[in-house]
Amino acid sequence: MNAWFAQHSAALASAFRRLWSAPLNTLLSLLVIGIALTLPAFGYVLLDNLRDLGRSVSGVQQISLFMNLDASKKEVGEIENRLRQAATGKWRFVPKEEALKRMQTSEGMAEIVASLPRNPLPDAFIVEPTNTAPEALEILRKEIAGWPKVAHVQLDAAWVKRFDAFLRLARLALWMLAGIFAAGLVAATFNTIRLQVMALAAEIEVARMIGATDVFIRRPFYYFGALQGALGGLLAAALVIGALLLLAGPVGELAALYGGSFSLRLPGVIEVAALAGIGALLGWLGAQLSVSLSLRKFD
Amino acid sequence: MIVASHLSKRYPGGYEAIKDVSFAIEAGQMVLITGHSGAGKTTLVKLIASIERPTSGSLVVNGQNLSALRRSAIPYLRRNFGMVFQDQKLLFDRSVLDNVLLPLQIVGQPRREAIRRAQAALDKVGLLAREKASPIALSGGEQQRLAIARAVVNRPAVLLADEPTGNLDIDSANEIRDIFGAFHQVGVTIVVATHDQHWIERYHPNVLHLDHGWLL
Repeated sequence: MNAWFAQHSAALASAFRRLWSAPLNTLLSLLVIGIALTLPAFGYVLLDNLRDLGRSVSGVQQISLFMNLDASKKEVGEIENRLRQAATGKWRFVPKEEALKRMQTSEGMAEIVASLPRNPLPDAFIVEPTNTAPEALEILRKEIAGWPKVAHVQLDAAWVKRFDAFLRLARLALWMLAGIFAAGLVAATFNTIRLQVMALAAEIEVARMIGATDVFIRRPFYYFGALQGALGGLLAAALVIGALLLLAGPVGELAALYGGSFSLRLPGVIEVAALAGIGALLGWLGAQLSVSLSLRKFD
Repeated sequence: MIVASHLSKRYPGGYEAIKDVSFAIEAGQMVLITGHSGAGKTTLVKLIASIERPTSGSLVVNGQNLSALRRSAIPYLRRNFGMVFQDQKLLFDRSVLDNVLLPLQIVGQPRREAIRRAQAALDKVGLLAREKASPIALSGGEQQRLAIARAVVNRPAVLLADEPTGNLDIDSANEIRDIFGAFHQVGVTIVVATHDQHWIERYHPNVLHLDHGWLL
């Protein structure tokens, strides 16, 4: 156990030394890796925010339930009970009197409403479902439509479906982009490690002659690749957070112009750790490929 | 300890460096491999250290037949040897101490204990005061002493050397021979490929003389 720990700590220390010994090279490599990870990471966070925005836009993910005009208070109460039991999410009751008052306050509608012989509006419920997947919304709409004294159930399903399809397409494009940049990251690490193996040829040759195993020789390079990838991932996270902070103000102003409020969600600790982890994994993979090929010439 | 039987080595291209060589080296012996340039001395040392593989015949070291050894087992076999090369093969981007630490890092020796043992090895060859220096700042004799310290730090069963006095002046060569003699006194098996006449005269009963790959 002591030997295992000593060898791993020596390999890690060696990887750190190599990173520090050529600061300019390290900085350039980190920039390449950081930018390669920033673009897909930024796209992911942006899509995540877009999904939140889509869900928060008023009316988009709501179901409006209109009662028959002749529905009694008892029948309205029955619907209220059904909504409570179904536990579909948040809902609120809009009495027909309140609906009429709102209509009156709308520009140009006061005179029209005043001329009506009676209130033409029905009692209504606005339901905000917890599950906003298009399929789930459609199932709920059908269920509610079957309840007694329900005249009409309104869901802008087409809009929701279109938005969901757009998100799926964007996510697919993002994965493809991420794949390309991941290959770039592996290639960048591959080249860095290849140059290191060439520079350390004498050391590798001596170490082999005095009893170093392949694992002993490879280990510092693996640590180096993983460390460089992880640092690149952290740099990417910093760039994404920086970009989102810059965008936060203008996005808030834009949302305010549409009468709403929206703030961009920054990546959390888990997402930052995941980005560093992905960077480390890809760096390790690049190192693995590079060392396997580069060490063949020592055989 | 080292038994060769009908050992031959032919390089790609057809050059046969070792031809049907048989010998036995007992534990604790000092044996010199001699011969003119191109006689096969270096090849024989490389065969014993498993740097080269025999073309035919058998070579048994510490009970292990090197011809049948798996590739993955070779590094562990090499740890039984301390190796000293004519060109020393030192790492000039590391300090004197770090050069001696390398074999200990390879076997996973904890750092504190490794430093203690490396300093003890440097002390034996008279280089402890230069432990922080770069090998490039050492004289030829000192570099060879450093190579010996690196070779013995893991307390190997066999010390193998290829022309360790080849590039040295008379005084430095005497120092190196004395250091090898001191290790021989404490029971280390030593195999040296050399054409150093002073050494050959001193150890003439234990000489393997090669001529164009043949053992005379």
